[in-house]
Amino acid sequence: MMTFAELKKGMSARIVEIPSVGDDHRRLMEMGLVKDTEFRVIKVAPLGDPIEIDLRGYRLCLRKQEMTGFGVEVL
Amino acid sequence: MASKSFKRIAFVGNPNAGKTTLFNSLTGSRQKVGNYAGVTVERVSALRQVGTFDCEFIDVPGLYSLTPASEDEAVAVRVLEEETDLVVCVIDASNLERNLFLYSQIAELLRPVVVALTMTDRVESAGSMLKLDRLRRLLGCPVIPMVGHKEKGVKELLAAIEASLAAPAEPTLLSDIGALRELQVELARRGYDHRIGDLRREVLDDQSTMIVPFAELRPAWEKAKEAAENATFTDPSTRYAWTAQVQREAIVQSAPKKVLSLTDRIDKVLTHRVFGLMVFAAVMYCVFFAIYTLSQPFMGLIEGGFGWLGSILSPRLESIPVLQSFVVDGLIAGVGGVVVFLPQILILFFFIAMLEGTGYLARAAFLMDRLLGWCGLNGRAFIPLLSSFACAIPGVMAARVMPDPKARLATILVAPLMSCSARLPVYMLIIGSFIEPQYGAFWAGFALFAMHLLGLVVAIPVVFILNRGVLKGKRLPFMLELPPYQMPRWKDVFLGMLNRGKVFLTTAGTTIVVMSVIIWAASYFPRKVDTGLAESDAALAQLEYSVMGRVGKAVEPVFAPLGFDWRISTAILSAFPARETVVPSLGILFSLGSGDEAEAKLGEKIKEAKWPDGKKLFTLPTSIGLMVFFALCAQCLSTLAVVRRETNSRKWPLFMFTYMTVLAYLGAWFVQWIGRVLAS
Repeated sequence: MMTFAELKKGMSARIVEIPSVGDDHRRLMEMGLVKDTEFRVIKVAPLGDPIEIDLRGYRLCLRKQEMTGFGVEVL
Repeated sequence: MASKSFKRIAFVGNPNAGKTTLFNSLTGSRQKVGNYAGVTVERVSALRQVGTFDCEFIDVPGLYSLTPASEDEAVAVRVLEEETDLVVCVIDASNLERNLFLYSQIAELLRPVVVALTMTDRVESAGSMLKLDRLRRLLGCPVIPMVGHKEKGVKELLAAIEASLAAPAEPTLLSDIGALRELQVELARRGYDHRIGDLRREVLDDQSTMIVPFAELRPAWEKAKEAAENATFTDPSTRYAWTAQVQREAIVQSAPKKVLSLTDRIDKVLTHRVFGLMVFAAVMYCVFFAIYTLSQPFMGLIEGGFGWLGSILSPRLESIPVLQSFVVDGLIAGVGGVVVFLPQILILFFFIAMLEGTGYLARAAFLMDRLLGWCGLNGRAFIPLLSSFACAIPGVMAARVMPDPKARLATILVAPLMSCSARLPVYMLIIGSFIEPQYGAFWAGFALFAMHLLGLVVAIPVVFILNRGVLKGKRLPFMLELPPYQMPRWKDVFLGMLNRGKVFLTTAGTTIVVMSVIIWAASYFPRKVDTGLAESDAALAQLEYSVMGRVGKAVEPVFAPLGFDWRISTAILSAFPARETVVPSLGILFSLGSGDEAEAKLGEKIKEAKWPDGKKLFTLPTSIGLMVFFALCAQCLSTLAVVRRETNSRKWPLFMFTYMTVLAYLGAWFVQWIGRVLAS
């Protein structure tokens, strides 16, 4: 299992762990980042953060540091 | 309550789903922009007829979810629950899976729903097929396909709204609301018919008295309440499992494409680690260069126009000096001082609409987030902050590109620290009089640059402290959607500009005019009787005698540690309506009278200015201190009026004024202190 911060451009991954319930993460889950969601890393911003991912047919940018509770598995 | 046939129709949808385009198509220039009471969220609405119904269309701010995490969402939920007869849910067909998440929550509000399906052309051009009938069946409500740019589907949508107002459909629900239905049946049996949506609101309302006559239904009521409460918090995974299934069934996907989409190809350059930043710098340079050069001639025309108006009215009112001065120096100057901001505001919002409409704004925020994010702002703050270097008024208004309310407030609070163009005349006067003649062009240029850098440098710790102090508390995680690129529609761009202009003139503008007149009165009254002095001396004597001059003298001891005498403090006070007026005020205070000629001589005059005891007034620390004071203070009525309007509170402009004045004072004092240390 890895964290979001360890992902590299072009990798495909699946969310395998979600932080224990808290309101901060609820919003991310509502954007579609629920368990077993597969996504692809499209790009990392020039200054190293945020990262752009493709999930559920759309593009979302997230800050690595705010994704620390999520566990992912590279496909 | 209005008549039975008056209906409120709320338009709800994800950001970038095409909701505003649809709303503009339906309502055009009939839109009214107001504020919801007590919050910063704007209420955009328009009246129009739908068949036999008189309707109010309400444009609810773009949302991803109904779980009220931010102010926008809390307002949206309130609007949907309390003042809506029908919801038009705008869904992006090319992004069905995520858009349906919000739909599934809206359906559970149990209000009649009509789905407007946008971007259907995008689905088809990607080679997929949309099965509309299937989608209608899965959602259980009318689904009207729209082709936004061509206004196709508008007629059908209105027909569907009318039909649903008469006989609403029952959408598919993901949450168990069986208990609510049971309660509805029980109440109906006792002769009380309620729509399920009204009943839902009633059970969630702790003050409801509906159940009082039916004690035996109390348990059923409690169960219904629990079901309604749980529905909002249905696990997102459950909803996404459903939306993914609907997506699979309603859109027949062609073979996955190997070629990159147009958006991906554009992004290869625009978010590239080297070219992306270069393009960003070039775009921003072009935008602000255009704002500066395009607004100058219009501002000149406006200033000239109001000056001309004053000059033709002035002689006609000569017989009544009070009225003459009130009209020319108070009213016309005040209104002119408001209208002069319009070119910048309109041009800036033209570019914002273009950047937002094409999808580039999101890319720029992606590139800039790291730079602005570490101190508590986010990538979107670059537009308001950069525009504040021209003028804080459009800058503060531009902060509405930031959806996160706390980051937006932080941006608004520091935007006026950026050195705006109205501070320039002050810098030029001081630098031209004290720095350039003595130290040469290099240090003059350096001083000007340093003054512009000062606000930016001070803003960083201010944001840092704000985030740990006043704006402390829960924050939404940063989420930025990168929508596919598209051509913006002119109608949307111009309606956006028009609305911003109207809002500025009607709300902030009126405050500015009233305050300008008050400041005028403070420097006009009480009148000193004619003393037979020369014109310039009489103007000085009058100002000294007026409320303004008296206040200036009264606060002299406060400003004395900064090396400012009563003339400087009066000039600062009288510059409250507009910073640049400090220069003509100094002209009067150093007995030159007003006018261009006087301003030209002002530099010479202030060099010779002395304290009563003969010491030089404008020493180097005092001169630099005055510039620092102006760089950091909030001596700008218009900015405060706009902050009041944009934050919809009196607290924040007051807070801004206080903290900036304290900073300005400390800054100028610090310069004096350095001066003393270096001298000894």
